[in-house]
Amino acid sequence: MVNPYLIHPATIVEKIRESDDINTYRLQLVDEQVRARFRFAAGQFNMVYLFGVGEVAISIVSDPDEPAFLDHTIRIVGRVTKGIAELKSGDVLGIRGPFGQGWPLDEARGRPVVIVTGGLGCAPVVGAIESIFRRRTHYGPVKILHGVKTPHDLLYRERFDAWRHVPDTEVLLTSDQPDKAWHHHVGVVTELFEQVSIDPATSIVLMCGPEIMMRLGVPILMRRGIPATAIYVSLERHMECGIGLCGHCQMGPYFLCKDGPVMRYDRVAQWLGRVGV
Amino acid sequence: MADDNLRILPAAHLQRLLDTLCVRGYRTVAPTARDGAVVWETIRSVADLPIGWRDRQEPGCYRLEQTGAQEIFGIVHGPQSLKPFVFAPREPLLQIERSKDGFTARSTVPPSEKVAVIGTRACDLAGLVIQDRIFLKETYQDSYYAARREGLFVVAVNCTRALATCFCSSMDTGPRAHNSFDLALTEVDDQLLVEAGSIAGQEVLSDLFLPPAPESLVAEAAKRIDACARSQVRRLERSRLPSALYDAHAHPRWDTVAGRCLACTNCTMVCPTCFCHAVEETPDLSQQQTTHVRLWDSCFTQEHGYIHGKNIRPTIKDRYRMWLTHKLASWIDQFGISGCVGCGRCITWCPVGIDLTEELPALLTPSEQQSVINRQQEASGG
Repeated sequence: MVNPYLIHPATIVEKIRESDDINTYRLQLVDEQVRARFRFAAGQFNMVYLFGVGEVAISIVSDPDEPAFLDHTIRIVGRVTKGIAELKSGDVLGIRGPFGQGWPLDEARGRPVVIVTGGLGCAPVVGAIESIFRRRTHYGPVKILHGVKTPHDLLYRERFDAWRHVPDTEVLLTSDQPDKAWHHHVGVVTELFEQVSIDPATSIVLMCGPEIMMRLGVPILMRRGIPATAIYVSLERHMECGIGLCGHCQMGPYFLCKDGPVMRYDRVAQWLGRVGV
Repeated sequence: MADDNLRILPAAHLQRLLDTLCVRGYRTVAPTARDGAVVWETIRSVADLPIGWRDRQEPGCYRLEQTGAQEIFGIVHGPQSLKPFVFAPREPLLQIERSKDGFTARSTVPPSEKVAVIGTRACDLAGLVIQDRIFLKETYQDSYYAARREGLFVVAVNCTRALATCFCSSMDTGPRAHNSFDLALTEVDDQLLVEAGSIAGQEVLSDLFLPPAPESLVAEAAKRIDACARSQVRRLERSRLPSALYDAHAHPRWDTVAGRCLACTNCTMVCPTCFCHAVEETPDLSQQQTTHVRLWDSCFTQEHGYIHGKNIRPTIKDRYRMWLTHKLASWIDQFGISGCVGCGRCITWCPVGIDLTEELPALLTPSEQQSVINRQQEASGG
């Protein structure tokens, strides 16, 4: 019987500073056999472990086609993430995973893809974008709409710049508290919907960010004719086990760690925005 | 024709069952009276059982009372269900040591121990079946639970007396033990009707060389169990679940019950099916070794709904609603079965006596406020 609680050591091969409180850690599993077996889908997450402190659920942001390296972008928000921030290249973290349901990249094949993200919410979808662009011809036009509070919060700048040059791809950025150097849209991400044409009948939407963005954004998209069944959202709750047993990540009837974190909108519409759910 | 699985054992000879289980390598565990309540203890002698005692349970009240009779299984249940035997309240998952690779993690799955639990009630057996489903039959199998479950031998006792807090008959979980037991006993005055429910149970039964149960005993046992079912004063109307409880999300009754609830977590700790747990790291002082431990958690704690910078369920109202909605409604969507077995422990052990069989019907009755909204919607054709 495989023990899903077993933690595997993984070396930090590179630590990339994204901002004052956010770093991306490129991890490589130490055990060669474990590494060779490790496969993941874009949108899945790992439980990342700091020796003697504990675990946190963090999405894998790297390209699923290169599973030898596992990138995790981690903001300092608590005890574990604060400890992780003190580590450097060559130090060792732990990993168990991958867990959860990723983005519906098979279903998206042949269709226009609209990606809507807010803040650090772009992290779980980065792997999906890389995966789509690796097989660019298999997908229709791609529109990436990304909102940040301040320009300082814009992570992965080089990637967004690079994605602009991918054929048949639009990248639109917005900030609601811009500085003088900001030359993109000013406002919230839902305002970007008006700047792009979306074919409601064929498009698929991947959405990730604060729940408020989904609650406000999805109805706008649905008014434009996109069915709820073509909208996917990645949701976040506290997780301690990652395998649907600890009970913390429930949203209505779902365990977001195993039924999600990526959920088709029509399945969670009734629960999103309900107080205390 | 006498059922081969049904045998008769004089109540005065119950020690033979204990001895047989010991010979077969089982640690025998049974209810014993301690500090005014009943707890599971390892026993070797029938004399350790709380013979002649009964429990009286009411909302927020648990009392042991001496009856003067020689009843062996007069006590229905204490605060503990079977849950602690399979899903340990606190259990190490991993032992982790620093090493040249950074660290080495080792599973601490316990060795399977043969434990015979004598005196399990039908409700708790139903709770065990639910926990089996959660820990063994979903996407991931829990090795720790599996190891403990493997060695468990259940001697059930069919109930012939209901407590004021019991409502198993409306949950279809009792008072007769349905399945998943190894042996089931029914105490009829000075006789025990013994039934085997598994191969392991049949083996123990054959070691005992008991005569077949006379039909009169079988009939009398059935009569008493039926009477017990009929005597239950509480019930839970389940026909409109889960959807009706989902629809009651904004019901003002949640405020009323939250005004009484202390968020003490008692209901979740005594519940035979609650499975929430936390994972904790307990390093030694040298920071060279650490134990990764899981321990029972409760959706009534402040931390349960915490996510960085925000608490999903900051109020007691949110938490009580989470618990009851999960137990009675979303559990059905998750596992195809209710999370409540009707044991009534959450009613008894609630310090303020909150009674879910009272809360549910109140929550499913449209509030005056909601009725007004509904009438307005109907009037406007909405």
